[in-house]
Amino acid sequence: MRRALTAAALLAASALPAVAAGIEGQVQQQPINVIAIGMFVAFVFFTLGITWWASKRTRSAADFYTAGGGITGVQNGWAIAGDYMSAATLLGLSALVYSSGYDGFLYATGFFVGWPVIMFLLAERLRNLGKFTFADIASYRLDKSKVRTFAAVGSLTVVCFYLIVQMVGAGQLIQLLFGLPYNYAVVLVGVLMIVYVTFGGMVATTWVQIIKAGLLLLGGTLLLILAMFKLGFSVEGIARQAVAARGAAGEALMGPGKLLADPVTAVSLSLGLVFGNAGLPHIMMRFFTVPNAKEARKSVFVATGLIGFFFLVVCTVGLAAISIVGTDPQFFEGGKLGGKLIGGGNMPVMHLAKALGGDIFLGFLSAVAFATILAVVAGLALAGASAIAHDLYAGVIAKGTATEAKEMRVSKIATIAIGVVAIFLGIAFKDQNVAFLVALAFGVAASVNFPVLLLSMYWRGLTTNGALAGGIAGLICAVTLVVLSPAVWVKVLGNAQAIFPIDHPALFSMTLAFVVAFVVSKLDGSAQAEAERAAFDEQDVRAETGIGAAGATAH
Amino acid sequence: MSNSVTEKVRSNPKFSELKSKRARFAWTLAAIVLGVYYSFMMVVAFAPKSLTAKIGEGWTLSIGYPIVAVIIVGAWLLTGLYIRRANGEFETLTRDIVSEAKK
Repeated sequence: MRRALTAAALLAASALPAVAAGIEGQVQQQPINVIAIGMFVAFVFFTLGITWWASKRTRSAADFYTAGGGITGVQNGWAIAGDYMSAATLLGLSALVYSSGYDGFLYATGFFVGWPVIMFLLAERLRNLGKFTFADIASYRLDKSKVRTFAAVGSLTVVCFYLIVQMVGAGQLIQLLFGLPYNYAVVLVGVLMIVYVTFGGMVATTWVQIIKAGLLLLGGTLLLILAMFKLGFSVEGIARQAVAARGAAGEALMGPGKLLADPVTAVSLSLGLVFGNAGLPHIMMRFFTVPNAKEARKSVFVATGLIGFFFLVVCTVGLAAISIVGTDPQFFEGGKLGGKLIGGGNMPVMHLAKALGGDIFLGFLSAVAFATILAVVAGLALAGASAIAHDLYAGVIAKGTATEAKEMRVSKIATIAIGVVAIFLGIAFKDQNVAFLVALAFGVAASVNFPVLLLSMYWRGLTTNGALAGGIAGLICAVTLVVLSPAVWVKVLGNAQAIFPIDHPALFSMTLAFVVAFVVSKLDGSAQAEAERAAFDEQDVRAETGIGAAGATAH
Repeated sequence: MSNSVTEKVRSNPKFSELKSKRARFAWTLAAIVLGVYYSFMMVVAFAPKSLTAKIGEGWTLSIGYPIVAVIIVGAWLLTGLYIRRANGEFETLTRDIVSEAKK
């Protein structure tokens, strides 16, 4: 059960998009894995080649932030899927199915259902209203400098929490999969991220995501096919052998366990996942890379299909691991079946790769798992750099008077600064339990960015004061509740009992943000508020039709 | 975009047609996906045993598994349904509105 909980915590923690394995506590460094390192080096050289190619195509600010709007819907769909499918999904989700069966499938569903909602309600409006950042949309008809500053701070907060988790995850993965020291990973990831983004901008970042998504899908699918050669080509057969291998505890794999038994926890977690996802700056940014609303819709359709397929494959792989890995003493510490898995609870999928495809397949999957982190941090760095350069510098400080060349220079400096800060924080947080940071990132995204975004798009009545009050209320509430939750109050601060019993605050903090934004906007009788409500018509025409939307630049 | 374009678009009956049709369609689909998902979560929370029933005589898999698969695949198919109508009917309407606004 403990193993189940760790895997669940990792996953909930790592929530979906892209967090890495083993973020709770320390891991043991494994023997050096030469094949994995070799394959990873090949990946790095290949992606650096793409970055060099992309750098020749990155001239304007639009090229840098959004690839000039020249990414097709299908390409963007793969890149979104790449942003969302991570080492954590591969390792954590399969580990959860391995340890508790059906609960893993339930988690996967929760991670998935946000995508259709983004498609129906947000995708095309994001494309029609946005230019480079989500602050462009939030401040469309509201006070430019106040709302832009607030939205940029919201984005940076999320990016920062998320980056720390990625860095710590990278450090632990490299110990587990490559057998190299933690700090190597942190420095390597930081430096590569700076190179990808400063030289290749969004074009390189997009292609790194696409390649990574392809490799991850290939690896997962191949693993499932190999497992089926061994267990038979039916899910029923895989399940039967899994239940038999588990013995007396086998039937428990077939129904819900304890993980989502409490409805308040389940709902709060899933609200955070569904709507936090829609408020992640590096995900929102992806919608500005396509030329129009039609392609934006197409990209969500492709992404949703790929993500759904991948989740189902990974879950089934986890089920297959039960009868293959779970009955093979070579994967257990001291060769003791049913004891601790070598490398920890997140390793079933890696052991399965070794059992089915030998060292070469294990090396391949390890390299892919590590490469996923690189792709995600590149996206995060770009989102952070655009918040600093486009929103804070060009929008607020220079008030629109900065030249494009100057804004580009600031964004590159910002990228380097973000990379350095990420390396520093990655080392500072070594061996820390950072699971709470994911709760924070998603809590803030769902309770600050998302309410402001949704209301500014859909509700005429939203005013600057309402947006700021609602966003700040959501921010304070989300942070406070996470601090008082078991993840921080008990596990980090060492108190016996949490003051707030749930790790994920979205049910309360997101609701509060909406209510406060609504009430304050309603009470706002200022002349500015009137003007902002009146400006909704023009915004609405653009949101619905795309007239005046930032278009694609020629390439 | 000038105010006159905004006014022109807003006074075009096709604009209100697009707006109301798309809103109804999108919110209905979103309500279906979220409604199905959260109803399912309530079953998980309050009647977990009901999901452990076997698919049929002699099966090991419980009905919970195909339900999850149906939710995921079904939600994806709904996005397909949306894109079909949005990239067809709604795009045509949008194109008309845009070209009429430029006259």
